Amino acid sequence: MAELSNRERLQIPRQTMPTQEPLARRTNFDEVALGFTLELAQQEAERCLQCAKPHCVEGCPVGVLIPEFILALRQGDIDGAVRAMKEKNNLPAICGRVCPQETQCEAKCVLAKKGEPVAIGRLERFVGDYELERHVCPLERTTPTGKQVAVVGSGPAGLTCAVDLGRLGHEVMIFESLHKPGGVLVYGIPEFRLPKRVVNGEIDYAAECLGIKMHPDAVIGRLYTIDELLNEQEFDAVFLGTGAGLPSFLRIPGINYNAVLSANEFLTRVNLMKGYLFPEYDTPVKVGQRVAVIGAGNVAMDSARCSLRLQALHAQETGEVHIVYRRSPVEVPARAEEVHHAEEEGVIFDFLTNPVEIYGDESDNVCGMRCIRMELGEPDESGRRRPIPIEGSEFDMDVDMVIMALGTRPNPLVFNEAGGLERTKWGTVVADEETGRATKARVWAGGDVVTGAATVISAMGAGKRAAADIDRFLRGEINPW
Amino acid sequence: MYKILHKETLSDVTKLMVIAAPEAARKAQAGQFIIVRVDERGERIPLTVADHDREAGTVTIVFQEVGKTTMHLGTLEQGDELATFTGPLGHPTEIEDYGTVICVGGGTSIAIIFPIARALKEAGNTIISIIGARNKELLFWEDKMQTVSDELIVCTDDGSYGRKALVTEPLKELLEQHDGEISRVWAIGPAIMMKFCAKTTRPFGVKTIVSLNTIMIDGTGMCGGCRVQLTDGAKFVCVDGPEFDAHQVDWDLLLARQRFYLEEEKQAVERWQHKCQLGVD
Repeated sequence: MAELSNRERLQIPRQTMPTQEPLARRTNFDEVALGFTLELAQQEAERCLQCAKPHCVEGCPVGVLIPEFILALRQGDIDGAVRAMKEKNNLPAICGRVCPQETQCEAKCVLAKKGEPVAIGRLERFVGDYELERHVCPLERTTPTGKQVAVVGSGPAGLTCAVDLGRLGHEVMIFESLHKPGGVLVYGIPEFRLPKRVVNGEIDYAAECLGIKMHPDAVIGRLYTIDELLNEQEFDAVFLGTGAGLPSFLRIPGINYNAVLSANEFLTRVNLMKGYLFPEYDTPVKVGQRVAVIGAGNVAMDSARCSLRLQALHAQETGEVHIVYRRSPVEVPARAEEVHHAEEEGVIFDFLTNPVEIYGDESDNVCGMRCIRMELGEPDESGRRRPIPIEGSEFDMDVDMVIMALGTRPNPLVFNEAGGLERTKWGTVVADEETGRATKARVWAGGDVVTGAATVISAMGAGKRAAADIDRFLRGEINPW
Repeated sequence: MYKILHKETLSDVTKLMVIAAPEAARKAQAGQFIIVRVDERGERIPLTVADHDREAGTVTIVFQEVGKTTMHLGTLEQGDELATFTGPLGHPTEIEDYGTVICVGGGTSIAIIFPIARALKEAGNTIISIIGARNKELLFWEDKMQTVSDELIVCTDDGSYGRKALVTEPLKELLEQHDGEISRVWAIGPAIMMKFCAKTTRPFGVKTIVSLNTIMIDGTGMCGGCRVQLTDGAKFVCVDGPEFDAHQVDWDLLLARQRFYLEEEKQAVERWQHKCQLGVD
């Protein structure tokens, strides 16, 4: 193809990603977004103006070489695009699927000012998937340093940190409490958004290339304490990427009835344990005919969309799934794309609605939920307008399952006998934002365990920064404690 | 993978397995539990530690074949491997010299009360033990319990061995006989037995500890499926327990929560039995 002028590039519309039709996909757990073909990817890549000062890169928490990989892609050098990508991003097939590009790289794209930004996320996914199939650019280790690092938690923060440390020549052992690595990528994010073959594929490939050892079934805080890892087990450094795995429940009457469950439990049953394939897999998962998901973050959208699919799998006729949210559409914390997909699939949104009591029947199963209407007042400390109950507006919702998706906190189990490790009143680890250094010597932390529940990519960014600092420490360049 | 080093049949439906798990064995203490998953498609179930050997690097589990997973587990033999064996989890039993204590073990939980009674004995307590089961066939470890008990009462529901009684009968008598002398009671068994033990000891004001075995997935506080209602709020069995003050537990809610997946459990068992029959044919 002849070189296009910028004017011509601006004429090309943003390419749409082929997706499963909403009515079809709400009955299966297959991936919703089907990915670009090579042709679509190259067409989209032609839209990039190759800015001299690319702002997109500034928007990326791990600093992916965006113009470089896009240029290689449109020149037909896909191997080169993979190499450029993997300079900074070790897990592109995952990031391409779950990063909120619309608020990061794509928000900074110069094209976004006048029209639609380059679909960087979709291109990233294309490159990631290509590499996952072909393995053209294996990660390489530099000279082994003989230093050993324990990475606690195998979610986005831990994985990224482990892979970077592995590339830098350190011996890495990842301790994972569950039986499979991936953290929230395997227990939380559903198959239809992030297929587990992609997660497993990325992890296995990276671990194999870099000789990273994986220790599943290892609950740090019980099996080993942080002190034991540092002293008895003789790790030179410990990185904590244990996430925010503790669920929150509303403090209202009735939360312990059957069929009131945390989004964590529901999603873990569905995703990690493959409950949607029961009885082929042993773990059952129930779904109500009328499900209320409380909250409106990404986890709430995932729970609602899993509920729809289970309803379709379990029954001939589908039921109803509601998102019950105490604020208005403006404050919804989920990604726009997730909300859009949920709406398309038929999730019903009840805004400015807050549950006040859950009712149970004689068998202690949920049989209804009392709610109150809300209105928005002055902004609160989060900067969002505070929801205020409207007196006398209570009403009953006919529901038989309630899923609480109200945010999560760090699990304190890992901090058993970890003297000197300071935490905030929210239970998060006190760590330097730039380096990930915790207050305890030879301990770093990053991701949700430091920030509270946030995004996959911000956790990856934190894992990356910590890996760089751990490397400096292990090479004796710094000794901060 | 975690190898089964030894298997014993304690009754037709009760099996003991010694598992090679050196890391877990380092830390395991009486009262803690392990999450077990039989194979790649298996569910995660909690099983309380029946024994451990730090030198040999083993942890012993005892289970009754009541559902698909435990039936499947029961078919495994020495040399086979388990996909998951995570732990020890939960808090260990609070072992102290309390004075005179009663240890009640019902059914499979005789295996759980044994290491607790042993540890309490070693700490200097006088141990009065009651073990019970539906019938003689389901009883085991009378001899082991004898070695750690100053007094041992054995009963069966149907009278096929020992005294014909539910464990609550001798429990009540002991509390009456030793009025004011019993410092604590441990009662471990099926939820319904623990509920009635709690009811029995309550009028005597004797602190009673139970070990709850609820539905759970991760065992680390992540899912909240194991939550129980205590008088001072909801707790997670996996991280706050598994032992709790029996007089604080909302037993009816606990029993209702245990029944939530009854239909699926039945379906899984039928499917498993059908599969086993096909295997035999």
